[in-house]
Amino acid sequence: MRVLNRLSILVVVLGISLQSALAEVKVGLVLDLGGKDDKSFNASAYEGATAARKKLGIYLKYVEPSDDNAFEPLLRAFAQKDFDLIIGIGFAQKEAIAKVAAQFPQKHFVVVDSQVDAPNVRSLMFQEHEGGFIVGAIAAMTSQTGKIGYIGGMDVPLIRRFETGYEAGAKKINPQITVIANYVGVTPSAWNNPPRGKELALAQYDAGADVIFAAAGASGFGVFDAAEERKKLAIGVDSNEDWVKPGQILTSMLKRVDLAVFSAIQDAQNGKFTAGLKRFGLADKGVDYSIDQYNEKLLPESVRQRADALKADIIAGKIVVPDYYKK
Amino acid sequence: MSWDLLASTLRVSTPLIFAALGGMFSERSGVINIALEGLMLLGAFAAAVGTLVTHSPWLGSAFGMAAGVLLAAVYALFVIRLRANQIVAGTAINMLAMGLTPFICKILYDVTGSTPSIPLHERFHSVPLYLCWALVAACVLWMRYTPTGLWVSFAGEHPEALDAAGIRVNRVRWMAVLVSGALAGMGGASLSIFLSSSFSRDMTAGRGFMALAALIFGKWKPLPTALACLLFGFADAVQIRLQGVAVWGGHPIPVEFIQILPYLVTILVLAGFVGRSHPPKASGTVFEKG
Repeated sequence: MRVLNRLSILVVVLGISLQSALAEVKVGLVLDLGGKDDKSFNASAYEGATAARKKLGIYLKYVEPSDDNAFEPLLRAFAQKDFDLIIGIGFAQKEAIAKVAAQFPQKHFVVVDSQVDAPNVRSLMFQEHEGGFIVGAIAAMTSQTGKIGYIGGMDVPLIRRFETGYEAGAKKINPQITVIANYVGVTPSAWNNPPRGKELALAQYDAGADVIFAAAGASGFGVFDAAEERKKLAIGVDSNEDWVKPGQILTSMLKRVDLAVFSAIQDAQNGKFTAGLKRFGLADKGVDYSIDQYNEKLLPESVRQRADALKADIIAGKIVVPDYYKK
Repeated sequence: MSWDLLASTLRVSTPLIFAALGGMFSERSGVINIALEGLMLLGAFAAAVGTLVTHSPWLGSAFGMAAGVLLAAVYALFVIRLRANQIVAGTAINMLAMGLTPFICKILYDVTGSTPSIPLHERFHSVPLYLCWALVAACVLWMRYTPTGLWVSFAGEHPEALDAAGIRVNRVRWMAVLVSGALAGMGGASLSIFLSSSFSRDMTAGRGFMALAALIFGKWKPLPTALACLLFGFADAVQIRLQGVAVWGGHPIPVEFIQILPYLVTILVLAGFVGRSHPPKASGTVFEKG
């Protein structure tokens, strides 16, 4: 009888501990202003988090702030509730994460695209210049006119970093190439202004560019529209955007925010969450160029081989890509 | 260079002209319309949805105009019927549109950022561009030669005189505000189904205020207002082409500088440096039958 009693207690205790081990990890995701459907940066982050929900069985709640001032209260709201891991997407959340993370030292935080030094924050940064270099080289190999374009969203160092890489990659293939670079604006509304993105793209195509790399959030749709109207080429960014306008999008510079977010959630679930800076570059496929059924006809074998050779050279350290952050 | 620049100027100024003409009707009748931005935004959204549903940009723009009229009716209800402060109510309308559009978008498409994209052959390619200038001509004639045009002017300048002539001032103001909603809605439509291929959140990006600036610069008259829009459009088109280009001994012109030009011009006009600009006398006041 006593044995049975003890056994039952053991079962109960085991059950409780098992339950707590299986308790789903709660993840709060605060997206950047572009929103989950920007088909680009935020879409990638959202995809990583939903993949984690499906594969790891975590509980996910996401919010799409409408302006910069909303970041901090949203992050804090997640922290005050029983969320275990709070993820902030975008450099604009740096200050807010630093502040809220300091107030909730027992919670885990992740920030994408900027660095916060705190014992409970993991910073995910990408080597955008390396990815820009490869698509710049592809653009230069494809261009017939010797002129290519770049359209950035908001004029900030991060977006300049794409540009410097892109230009360096293009010049590596063709030192005489002209790169026309424009920015949609200087405020966050620059991410959401497709009519202006289109005007900029039309001006660049009119000036002779035949490939334009758009790193401009939702304003990039305007660039794709211009490419469609003028029957020229554009390059997508962050997510694979080749499907958006098949035949018009030469390739996309992938920035695998999805993978980085997924692995952070996985680590949190396995109790292996570590703070500190994690960089993602060409070597770990954190940045890359896309090739799929939508653009394979636009990228001949010779172009792909040369792009892959450049990739190998960068990974091996034979080519050093200029980094805007180190200027 | 020059043809591109002209085409670009005309394109960029199209939504401004629609919205500014809309603003003109409302303001000439004595109702300040700071809500142009919100009316445009809702118009842009409704036009995109309408085009996606009906596959016709014409019906789509009808949707956009109808949405503008609806929102303008809410505005008129508050400022004419309920005598709310026009600046405060206008700001509220702008915020309402900013919140309403992603909300409805989420219900319709489970997306808050932008509507699905509209195929190339279902969009306008140049129609709004001509339409807005036809509208300018119509407005010039309307304001000058028709009784209703005069009623609008009198409602804004001498409401008492209009009332004495047996015309109901507030009814004229109601109509003017509704027309203003329709035109601002069309301005929004030209953004979403002419200048781009979908609605995206807050895509008006201050164009409603730019239209308002053009209206002040144009002294509340249709042709000068349209020309002011053209000037702002030109500044924008030049800015796009000058961005990062070195002029004046290798120094690029800062983009920010060219972007503030329209507002700078407006301030100068308001301050009386470029010829005085007088708003309609009874602008912003409630008309009560004495």
